[in-house]
Amino acid sequence: MNDLVRRLRVPVVSVVLALAATWLLLVVVDAPPLDALWQIWNGSLGRLSKIPDTLIAWVPLTLAAAGLIVTFQAGMWNIGVEGQIVMGAIGAAFVVRELSGPPAVVIVAAFVVGALFGIFWALIPGYLRTRFGVHEIFSGVALVFVASAIAVYLIIGPWSRTGVASTSGTDLFEERYWLPTVGADEYSWLAILVAVAAVVAIAVLMRGTRYGLRLKAVGKNHHSAFLMGIPTNAYMLSAFAMCGALAGIAGTVQALGFHHKLVPSISGNYGFLAILVVLLAGFRALWTAPIALFFAAMLVGSTQLSLRLGIDSSLAGVIQGMLVLFILVVGAWQAQRTRRLARRAETATTAGGG
Amino acid sequence: MKGRRGAALLILLVAFALIAAACGDDDGGTTTAADGGTATTAAGTPTTAAGTATTAAPDMMVPDDFQVGMILVGPQNDRGWSQAHYEAGLYVMEKLGLPEANLIVLDKVNTADRPETTLPDVVADMIDQGADVIFATSDDMRDGIEQAAGQFPDVPMIWSSGDSAWVDGKAYKADLSNLGNIMGRMYYGKAIAGCAAALTTQTGNLTYLGPLINDETRRLVNSVYLGARYCYENYAGGDPDDLSFEVKWIGFWFNIPGFTLDPTQVTNEFLAAGSDVVVSGIDTTEALVRAGQEQDAGNAIWAVPYDYEDACAEAPEACLGVPYFHWGPEYLKVAEDVIAGSYTRDFVWAGPDWGDLNNRDTTAIGWYDGDALAADAAGSLAEFIAGLASGEIDLWVGPLNNQDGSVWLGDGEKATDFQLWYTEQLLEGIVGASAAE
Repeated sequence: MNDLVRRLRVPVVSVVLALAATWLLLVVVDAPPLDALWQIWNGSLGRLSKIPDTLIAWVPLTLAAAGLIVTFQAGMWNIGVEGQIVMGAIGAAFVVRELSGPPAVVIVAAFVVGALFGIFWALIPGYLRTRFGVHEIFSGVALVFVASAIAVYLIIGPWSRTGVASTSGTDLFEERYWLPTVGADEYSWLAILVAVAAVVAIAVLMRGTRYGLRLKAVGKNHHSAFLMGIPTNAYMLSAFAMCGALAGIAGTVQALGFHHKLVPSISGNYGFLAILVVLLAGFRALWTAPIALFFAAMLVGSTQLSLRLGIDSSLAGVIQGMLVLFILVVGAWQAQRTRRLARRAETATTAGGG
Repeated sequence: MKGRRGAALLILLVAFALIAAACGDDDGGTTTAADGGTATTAAGTPTTAAGTATTAAPDMMVPDDFQVGMILVGPQNDRGWSQAHYEAGLYVMEKLGLPEANLIVLDKVNTADRPETTLPDVVADMIDQGADVIFATSDDMRDGIEQAAGQFPDVPMIWSSGDSAWVDGKAYKADLSNLGNIMGRMYYGKAIAGCAAALTTQTGNLTYLGPLINDETRRLVNSVYLGARYCYENYAGGDPDDLSFEVKWIGFWFNIPGFTLDPTQVTNEFLAAGSDVVVSGIDTTEALVRAGQEQDAGNAIWAVPYDYEDACAEAPEACLGVPYFHWGPEYLKVAEDVIAGSYTRDFVWAGPDWGDLNNRDTTAIGWYDGDALAADAAGSLAEFIAGLASGEIDLWVGPLNNQDGSVWLGDGEKATDFQLWYTEQLLEGIVGASAAE
């Protein structure tokens, strides 16, 4: 019970602070605060018809976050996850553009190829890290740009619409290759199923398996793990591959289930946002799901601010940014406090133990 | 310990990046209408598709809860394409005697700015909110608005600059009986822009800052080129073959960092290569802003912006004038028909009101001279406009060849609407890509 209170303190305090700051901001720009917050809620989770829209944003965010749990546990910042989503989407787009067959087969093939593209793109920083000691943050960021450039090249060049050269996107995929939906809605049960399965699988993997334990050892202390006989490089590469696969699947969902074509911004910043989700979740897989839902709701719901209250759309972005910032500041404060307490406790025991 | 601190720093950086991304692209400027230059009134009689005065019929009963949904691809204050639509929406409200609040607007609807939103979602939201008619105001919205029109067959919708309702067009969607199209005959405005550029250039090196490549943008580039050649020869007394004319495409209607070329950068390249007049074909005003900086530094560089009647205000000292859209009159007709319950979808390609190019109630496209246009050039330009108005000058007549040397229009052949709309190539003599390379 006490533990739960402690765990909930950071999110609750930061959300309350962020809401207070948002309130102030809305008052300053002469918008009705309560109404604004109500609109965000109502435009995301508060209305049955908007829940699918929110889940559509939740899926790629959660997939990327689940993948990042693995690389974080291995002690690495796979910031290139954004590019791995893009590559996954490119792989999936390639399959549905070039292959023809029964939808079930083509869609499964798209998922497999999307995941493989993601793995490939993740293994590059992994290899550079394990082989040459190149920090994965730098190679990862660079590879995000490269992936984007490849997408733009394909969209303007070989995959362009007839007579058109625009970054607007490729032609729509054949409708039978879109992810199956429930009824007339854009709600793809398959995508949601995949995301839920990913979160559960990663949670089990990290908490309940020897692999997860050893990976954690690699992350906590690379050198001692190596001395204990864990093949650290292989473990690190496998973590990259796993994250890349989930990111690639996220890209596949974005391409086949959401845009139904390849667009340059196919990754939707979900990879970068997922880094925040994982940090806020304290690297616990199961926590990523509700936190990602919160972010997805903010993203999708804030459209209502422009639509219904006429608030400038950039203000919605500012509100989102403030929420993130507050959550991080409070989180950092909490972490520092915990560390100070831990150190004090440590000094106490050392002194006591003599 | 060190790693942790580095991590915290990175988190903060990411957070700031998110915030910066959220508020970075908004200049927050407010604008005043129509002080961007002196009005050019063309003498001459109306020829093709001149508008007739539109005002809301006085006896029309406008329900208080009539609402218009308008979806913009860029920021509503971009001083370009999107702002022209937004102000047309306000115009409709004004004419109908409805408060601004009845205009539901969502701007920046594109996959880069709103990756979590699709066009059909936005349409559904607007209808849910009570919108009686939807205007999707970008070429970029083709897939989305066609999908939405299928989902809500009872709600009238307009896809501006599209061709889905053109029975004789290439992309006619017979089943979408609630989706109409509206576009202005901007090729006239662009020819005027080309003329102003040719009358001003000292280096004979004209350039065109292009958005993406499609039928519409090729049509407009060709029109600038034809206008420039005509005026260079007939008013400036030069040999049109001495004019150099290059187009570069940025890849989208406006700058999206990382996904398009930077229009400011492209303008710099033009200037470095000796161009002194840059004609803009993108939604925003980067070319004019750059030209203004050059003028302020004492250099003879000019630009012609696009889309929005007050675009010159961004840098009047470098502005030769602006060809712009008045979407208001046609949008008002649609709104009135929807209220009367008599709207039937149509493909409308509305022309200028040659009697008064800047009449906001009658003309679909217009032109204002800019402050930087010299007096004698303005005189020649007025003559040119009068020629276009009377039909004495017809630029879209053969012989005209495509860029690859094939014949676009044979000797004496006049371009049909179909040939003009579906412009497949740039014209012979233009440097730049006609299609994806």
